Amino acid sequence: MSDPHIVSSFDDELKYLIRRVSEMGGIAERMGGDAIAALVNSDAGMAQRVISEDIVLDEAERDINERSILVIAKRQPMAHDLREIMGSIRIAADLERVGDLAKNIAKRVVAVEGSGQPKKLVRGLEHLAELALTQLKEVLDAYSTRSTAMASSVRQRDEEIDAMYTSLFRELLTYMMEDPRNISACTHLLFCAKNIERIGDHATNIAETVYYMATGAQLLGERPKVDETPSVTAAGK
Amino acid sequence: MANFHTDALANSGNGTAHAKQEGAKSANTRGVAKIKAESVNVFYGENQAIKNVSVDIDERQVTAFIGPSGCGKSTFLRCINRMNDVIESCRIEGRILIDDNDIYAKGVDPVILRSHIGMVFQKPNPFPKSIYENVAYGPKIHGRTRNKSELDSVVEQSLRRAGLWDEVKDRLAQPGTGLSGGQQQRLCIARAIAVDPEVILMDEPCSALDPIATARVEELIDELRQNFTIVIVTHSMQQAARVSQKTAFFHLGHLVEEGPTDRIFTNPEDKRTQDYITGRFG
Ligand SMILES: Nc1ncnc2c1ncn2[C@@H]1O[C@H](COP(=O)(O)OP(=O)(O)OP(=O)(O)O)[C@@H](O)[C@H]1O
Ligand SMILES: [Mg+2]
Repeated sequence: MSDPHIVSSFDDELKYLIRRVSEMGGIAERMGGDAIAALVNSDAGMAQRVISEDIVLDEAERDINERSILVIAKRQPMAHDLREIMGSIRIAADLERVGDLAKNIAKRVVAVEGSGQPKKLVRGLEHLAELALTQLKEVLDAYSTRSTAMASSVRQRDEEIDAMYTSLFRELLTYMMEDPRNISACTHLLFCAKNIERIGDHATNIAETVYYMATGAQLLGERPKVDETPSVTAAGK
Repeated sequence: MANFHTDALANSGNGTAHAKQEGAKSANTRGVAKIKAESVNVFYGENQAIKNVSVDIDERQVTAFIGPSGCGKSTFLRCINRMNDVIESCRIEGRILIDDNDIYAKGVDPVILRSHIGMVFQKPNPFPKSIYENVAYGPKIHGRTRNKSELDSVVEQSLRRAGLWDEVKDRLAQPGTGLSGGQQQRLCIARAIAVDPEVILMDEPCSALDPIATARVEELIDELRQNFTIVIVTHSMQQAARVSQKTAFFHLGHLVEEGPTDRIFTNPEDKRTQDYITGRFG
């Protein structure tokens, strides 16, 4: 980081925000991983723990927002200090959403299990989640090291998640057509897949925020965003 | 227009109308440099306070000078209306052009120059005269008004624009020095704008004002820039960010960085600027 402020309590306040955001990142990452593990292993207990952990992220986001507003009012920050605070607010919002998505996946664990779990599809989901959670982990590393290179590469890789999501979507559709008894489970898995894909999007958002915090400039170039699912029809395969 | 030579005195007789007309003429020429400083060096005896500063100051924009105490902001500001001339030890090199006229050229009358380039100082300095006379003095000596009722109205307008009218309208005959510090500063602002200058230089005009009076002055600055070119020295980063379109950062006599205010306060290029505006040890 840069030189210390003349008023040292300002540094303390900024450090507090960084620590809180990092904590949220750790919790969101774990919730995502646990939600998927609960799904794969049909572990209702673990799913329940994920669901109850969400409140911690909600509370942390509120705290970060309140503290940030207080710092702005007290210090009237400029330049990268201001970006730092705005960045904290935005990243906290993204991480809070990641928590919601993980919770939503966890809520489906019981439903999917009860409807006869198509193992092969869950495997596909697991792979998608690995990609998304790796993205999340790397973007949190980019945040703590303020690495613009890492942030750019995270944003670049979002394409892979989108592509895999699209193919998983197709596969689930095929299963549903093969046997209507799969429909219930597959629908839940479809929502889970969408949630995982959204976690990847939030990682991309955070990457853009980290880049902005470090440079004051927006990451240029088209954001790789190809969600082809609406055009994927049964006839199309 | 700006012709500050002694023989131009007769020209500036129809002051107000003249200035307004000028304003209308160049309204569509945005980003035109009103003031150009070229390689300016300023010395106080042996001590060099300004080091090779070149800068363009745009017409009808507010330019803020910021920088740590002693970096030369006031010194540079005083070059623009030759206020440094009165300081014995002070020596200036380089050129300062206003509307392409060198204000240090031979034959330029500093008194005429200063009627076109108003100044508000760091410390309020009302004349030891009545409130009314403080404001009326400039328009009178420069022949900007034709009769008493015109003068009355210039005095009232100027005091209103400076946000002081309501507080002094019933005591115009009392001495200006009897006002509070903040009121005196607004009186000086009223005095500066009463002659309808083309350029207004303000050296920390709000340092003695409460937040309400400060807001009024900032509102006034915003209004004045429709017609005038304004340069303001301020120690408040927030004020610079609020009122100016361009910001110049001075450090140890150097002009380190200048550019659009929005950029300087969100994403400055030079580390010295960054450290200063974010309150860090440089
Ligand atoms: N009349 C003077 N005689 C000699 N030296 C002077 C004079 N006025 C200013 N200086 C010197 O010139 C340098 C710049 O002073 P200046 O007043 O321009 O700084 P400033 O940026 O306006 O500071 P501040 O923010 O404190 O008003 C300082 O080192 C100061 O000591
Ligand atoms: Mg000064």
